[in-house]
Amino acid sequence: MAWEYVAEGVAGALTLVVNGNRELFDIALRSVKVSGIAAMLAAMIGIPIGVALGLSGFRGKALIKSMFNAMLGIPTVVMGLILYLFLAPAGPLGFLGLIYTEMGISFGQMLLILPIVVSFTASSIESVEEELKDLMLTLGANRVQAMLKTVEEAFSGIVLSVIAAFNRAIAELGIALMVGGNIFVRGGELNTRVLTTSIQMYVARGEIEFAIALGTVLLAIVFAVTALSNYLQRRWVSE
Amino acid sequence: MYGNAYRGDPMKKVAVMVIAALIVAVSALEIQYRNQSEIRTLTVSTTTSLYDTGLLEEAIAPAFKERYGIELHFIPKGTGAAMQDAKNGVSDAIMVHARSKEIKFMEEGYGVNRKVFAYNFFIIVGPEEDPAGINGLTPVEAMKKIVQAGRENRAVWVSRDDGSGTNTKEIALWKMAGFDYGQIKNESWFAATGTGMGATLNYASTKKAYTLSDSGTYLKYRNEGLIDLVALVDSGEELINVYAIILISPEKFDRDFEGAELFANWLTGEEGQRIIEEFGKDKFGRSLFYPAVDVIKDQKEPYFSWIVKYGMIEDNGKITECPERFRYGDGMSFFEFG
Repeated sequence: MAWEYVAEGVAGALTLVVNGNRELFDIALRSVKVSGIAAMLAAMIGIPIGVALGLSGFRGKALIKSMFNAMLGIPTVVMGLILYLFLAPAGPLGFLGLIYTEMGISFGQMLLILPIVVSFTASSIESVEEELKDLMLTLGANRVQAMLKTVEEAFSGIVLSVIAAFNRAIAELGIALMVGGNIFVRGGELNTRVLTTSIQMYVARGEIEFAIALGTVLLAIVFAVTALSNYLQRRWVSE
Repeated sequence: MYGNAYRGDPMKKVAVMVIAALIVAVSALEIQYRNQSEIRTLTVSTTTSLYDTGLLEEAIAPAFKERYGIELHFIPKGTGAAMQDAKNGVSDAIMVHARSKEIKFMEEGYGVNRKVFAYNFFIIVGPEEDPAGINGLTPVEAMKKIVQAGRENRAVWVSRDDGSGTNTKEIALWKMAGFDYGQIKNESWFAATGTGMGATLNYASTKKAYTLSDSGTYLKYRNEGLIDLVALVDSGEELINVYAIILISPEKFDRDFEGAELFANWLTGEEGQRIIEEFGKDKFGRSLFYPAVDVIKDQKEPYFSWIVKYGMIEDNGKITECPERFRYGDGMSFFEFG
């Protein structure tokens, strides 16, 4: 009995996935796009900060690093709430017009995952630097050459940090819900419904099949990205 | 360093990938930004009961877009949260169903031009076995029985407890039955979900509990076999559920007031009313929401008196859907009765 209910849901979901349901595809694509942009933005901002943190040795460095580390685990609902308050038109950043838009979600997720990129980048730079710096300097490299080489050696770690960041972004619900608003208009061009928000909505509406289908797609994306990251890691390590 | 020979190539590939990704990201943002500035949208914060049935997204929004090319963005929240959303400047209009809160919202200066556009009924639903024996009673009698059964551990009540219109009605019913909501909600047979109507019905169904629902959401969930609850109390004028749209005052926020007015007029006009009437008929055999405008215009009894009693506002000896002090501009007209 109990399993029939689950099995029916899964079977219905698979039919939806296999038949290439338009709405499903639309939502999945939006998820990838929104979180992909968030990961790109986080990379553009986070990698330079991480590299600078990793290479430098100033006094407050430990403090700044621990701040970013602390922000790694920030609950997405709290982040969503804070962003909602800031981005609502009555809030201090309301003039940006980001509330209930795709760009708003990307912006919020970018802030959410920035600490991941910064922390992981800084750590991989540091671990490479300790091993290499003295060696390179004794081999006759100047400081700039040594730095470039360090960044190059740490590159795999940096790419992996961006991948991990993307996975966190696409899987989060709080920001997408509170900043995005789960808006859907058939044929609309400004929809903000993504995988996580639609899963929670369809569960609330009791339309379990569609929710399972969406969940399956989300899992597939996360697993595929993780597999890619594992593959890259192995390749780099073997070299 | 021997690694270079191997590493040079993948590094370049990655660099190309990163640059390509950056270009994609930037152009996606650019397109999104351009769309955002070109497509006219209205953001409407709404009650979950309207939203969970699919009326807004599946029927209202597409028809309105076809007619005027304006996209309607509905944000489903309880009535209370929808109003909070509007106070944060997010919405162009709100669609709600709690008169006392609506009046307050307009008195605070946020809302203007209130129009009643639909009604249906609240119903008390519960498990088939009906352990409290409320089937066919009046709403007030039923509430009393549920308390009694609850205190004897024979029944459970589920409350939205989210400041929504349904929750507001529930609180009023408890009061009519002689109970203080703030007090009984702490009793052990009283569960609060704090979420939307659909989720609350699901919860009540699982727990074999009683709850108050709007008839539209209940019918949809019932007919799709999502819940195992039956309508036990569904008559009595105090159960009427009146939906109104309120526009956001242009004096508070610089939103698209003109567009919101267009929407309100369309919704209470012929096409909007017809869509409300038709929605759900094919699937459920009856309407989930009833259009209110003709009932008010032709004073169709008994619903007309019920809407007047539970959905209209007194204004200097007159009864109206929107008192004069809350009207703005001259783009809309309002029902008034001496």
